[in-house]
Amino acid sequence: MIEMRKVTKNFGVNGEPAVADVSMQIESGEFVFLVGPSGAGKSTLLKLIFCEQQPSSGRLYFLGRDTARFRTGELLKHRRRIGMVFQDFRLLKQKTVFENVAFALEVIGRSAREIRMKVPAALVEVGLAGKASAFPGELSGGEQQRVGIARAIVKDPLLILADEPTGNVDRDNSRQLMGLFEKISLGGTTVIIATHAWDMVDRMRKRVLALEKGRLVRDEQRGGYSDES
Amino acid sequence: MNLNTLKYCLRQGVVSLRRNFWLALITSGMIAVSLAILGGFLLVALNVGQMLHSIAGNVEISVFLRDDADPEQIRSRLTGLNGVREYTFVTKEQGLADFGRALGDSALFVDLAGETNPLPDMFRVRAGDSALVETLAGEIRAFPGVEFVDYGKELVARLLSITRWLNALFLSVSSLLAASAVFLIVTIIRLSVMARQEEIGVMKYLGASNFFIRAPFFLEGMVMGWAGALTAAVALGAAYQRLAFSLQREALIFFLQPVTDPEKLWPVFAGLLILGTVMGGLGSLVSVRRFLRA
Repeated sequence: MIEMRKVTKNFGVNGEPAVADVSMQIESGEFVFLVGPSGAGKSTLLKLIFCEQQPSSGRLYFLGRDTARFRTGELLKHRRRIGMVFQDFRLLKQKTVFENVAFALEVIGRSAREIRMKVPAALVEVGLAGKASAFPGELSGGEQQRVGIARAIVKDPLLILADEPTGNVDRDNSRQLMGLFEKISLGGTTVIIATHAWDMVDRMRKRVLALEKGRLVRDEQRGGYSDES
Repeated sequence: MNLNTLKYCLRQGVVSLRRNFWLALITSGMIAVSLAILGGFLLVALNVGQMLHSIAGNVEISVFLRDDADPEQIRSRLTGLNGVREYTFVTKEQGLADFGRALGDSALFVDLAGETNPLPDMFRVRAGDSALVETLAGEIRAFPGVEFVDYGKELVARLLSITRWLNALFLSVSSLLAASAVFLIVTIIRLSVMARQEEIGVMKYLGASNFFIRAPFFLEGMVMGWAGALTAAVALGAAYQRLAFSLQREALIFFLQPVTDPEKLWPVFAGLLILGTVMGGLGSLVSVRRFLRA
């Protein structure tokens, strides 16, 4: 699904590259943890996959297509196939839970009928069926992140990119959220999670890509958070 | 773009106006103030223009005839002359009486009546356009039987130069005011867009097209601009009507008559409405654009 060939992303003229010479492949349906210290380039890697940024050098292929050659229309289509989940949830405070999730379908021009069908289903999936009319401010961190996940999955994406999804929630909630991602992955959706939650990574034993100073230093199936774990 | 998107954009424009009611109200209010200043200035310019025009239109060419002149012949030549708005023939007797009346004593020149009247017969000619006065005077001076022609040469020249100067001043000040109104509108709308930067960011992450992001803001900007312009136009219209009414009642001098002809007034108000609406919409587009990069 995703193939990187010697991808480098530089910021500034003389600065250290955020991502340096990364080559790897991720197949459809895989569950991948992206680990590494802060500033290792995890977020930049996700942004490159989302095409929010373009590589300074190297090639990035998505479903066999070179993302650097995407036209505007293809770029939109690409982003619509990806569900993003953020550490800070990025929910719209003035919209209800239902509206926040529906927003993901509205912005890609889906019909009101489809929205009425899919949004409740997504909310059931993340366990928030009873909170449809609540506003984000009335929810706990874990619940807000569930809304974020519902918003990501409601459009049936091929890929979920999550940037520190458990960074703002407690341990119990983290475990539940990871369970949710695992369930989504079992449905065939590719999931890539950038995280510092070493205990989750160690417990779940999924494929781990470790970055250090922008370089891919480890690619391990059923790996742990660090070399020793 | 499909129908769902269009429906959504329209609905979203309305919803966001309702949700950001106070911001929208303040934006519209500031647009109203800046457009009212511009509109007020345009109305002043319109009235000063009319005033100058009416002064200039009342400049008279006095055509004094020789004793042996044939007034009928001159009358027919005046009728055939281009640019003459009207003329009246004043006999020497009438002229003397007018002179006496002008000096406040109609009996003053009784002794001079008849054979001893020193005044010649004359025509009072008015030009259709003050710019033509000098040319007309020159042409009339060449008529046989015309002794000399007087038209307040200096006054006309001064009026023309004042008119030209004021026109240039009004044009530059109105352009400046229009430009600052545009700048203000764009800035205010940019503030209201910035307040919703987060929403735009989320939309981008959800794969919204640029059109989809822009459309509700564009709609909202147009509505705010239109509402502001309408407020300005209504307030200005009401204030002008009162002022014009009291001026008409109290100002006895002909050239202080305010402009009341709807034909001349409507372009000012229509212009404000169009400027407000277009600027509101364009201001939104410009403001949103910077958040759409990437």
